[in-house]
Amino acid sequence: MLYINCPHCGMRSQNEFSYGGDASVKRPELNKEISDQEWDNFVYNRKSLRGKHLELWQHISGCRQWIKVERDTATHEIFRTFKADEEVA
Amino acid sequence: MQKYSIFNLVKNAFSNHENWDLAWKDPTPKEEYDVVIIGGGGHGLATAYYLAKEHNITKVAIIEKGWIGGGNVGRNTTIIRSNYMHDENGLFSEFGMDLWRKMSQDLNYNVMFSPRGIINLAHSDAQMNAYARRGNSMRLNGIDAVLLNREQVKEIIPMADFSENVRFPIFGGLMQPSAGTARHDAVAWGYARQADSMGVDIIQNCEVIGFDVSAGKINGIRTSRGNIKAKKVGLCVAGSTNILAEKLNMTLPIETHLLQACVSEPVKPVLDNVVTFGAGHFYVSQSDKGEMVMGGDLDGYNSYAQRGNLPTLQHVLTEGIAMMPFLSKLKMLRTWGGIMDMSMDGSPIIDKTHIEGLYLNCGWCYGGFKATPASGWTFAHTIAQDRVHELNAGYSLNRFSTGHLIDEKGLGTKTWIS
Repeated sequence: MLYINCPHCGMRSQNEFSYGGDASVKRPELNKEISDQEWDNFVYNRKSLRGKHLELWQHISGCRQWIKVERDTATHEIFRTFKADEEVA
Repeated sequence: MQKYSIFNLVKNAFSNHENWDLAWKDPTPKEEYDVVIIGGGGHGLATAYYLAKEHNITKVAIIEKGWIGGGNVGRNTTIIRSNYMHDENGLFSEFGMDLWRKMSQDLNYNVMFSPRGIINLAHSDAQMNAYARRGNSMRLNGIDAVLLNREQVKEIIPMADFSENVRFPIFGGLMQPSAGTARHDAVAWGYARQADSMGVDIIQNCEVIGFDVSAGKINGIRTSRGNIKAKKVGLCVAGSTNILAEKLNMTLPIETHLLQACVSEPVKPVLDNVVTFGAGHFYVSQSDKGEMVMGGDLDGYNSYAQRGNLPTLQHVLTEGIAMMPFLSKLKMLRTWGGIMDMSMDGSPIIDKTHIEGLYLNCGWCYGGFKATPASGWTFAHTIAQDRVHELNAGYSLNRFSTGHLIDEKGLGTKTWIS
């Protein structure tokens, strides 16, 4: 069982969360010229890192907020959690 | 190579079975090969076998980080089927079914192929309609499909829950009678033994550290056991695809996820077929030893752990008990996990890459085991001829850019998030 420290609600079990994928993916800016490659990278291509991975989770059975979680994809250790709009240093 | 036969079995009995030849050698890597296959799993071993058998290319090495057959070919639920709706998947898998039927003879190794049939259960009228459509598509591609009503399903699997007041009543099902199971380890060992006998070097405990690429062309690989030159390199590493892609500065439409499976204690024969639950994601069959072999959903977040987490297992088995209540009486014997190369449309990639001499075989999602022979056969063709075969033409890497996705379930990208 993973325990995720929701920045809004505190420590909760993974059963309350749903997963949203890689949080480092940025949607291309709307008002500039966008190449097919940029769209591919946004929609399909993923690094799928082994080790530290910044990812989105939604506290679906809690505050329903999207949050960012820094987790190790090999050991499942969770290092830090952030609010969705928080900058990650 | 020593042939496995009843005659040799009897003969070796006189020497207490102590004089059998080794099934494959343990060579040190040579300086150079025509083809290097990275990944000594089912697909890699099959690729090497078909390179030698179909294309007469025997200066081949298989480079495996651990031991052969220790990844997903040793961790799956052994199901073999071709019950796909889309032409690309259906024709590819049905070609594989033919190879499965001949495999034990072809490899001189009993892979215990058991065409016991697979039944996908339907739990609503809409699902019955969808199954009728898929069944018709299958039959148009020459694949056997039978639409069963509730009574017919009840005759085949009376132990399923046919009571009236259940959340997901069984309306019927779609059956592919020629689908089945095989002994997974035997597939890896059978391919390894034959490939080795034709001159392929199976190099274990050898990790790929990097690639030697110059002027857009592959020249070789760097490994924990030294540098190896190669004219062509095939990547066949399932859940480790992204790790190797990063060394090649490639970003792929693949995410690595964890899938669990489990077996119960062995019981007397109760289930003749493979059965899948239609209102969730659960499948079950009974092994020859009597264990109920079960699996279902991914754990749901990127993972390289090769071991699972209990909430998902509980969720999957809840579905299983809803479908066949007797499963709740069984004790769990083993659970395990493997890491899946989940592609963004749920279908695989077997293709050339932008690097000359580098070939890619990945994106098998949950369905890699059944594809082993067809994947090896088409990948060998793609490498040997430097062009894709018509069977894997649809499994291109650029289909994500061009919009030619093969989205069997119609779920869009990230088909595993549902």
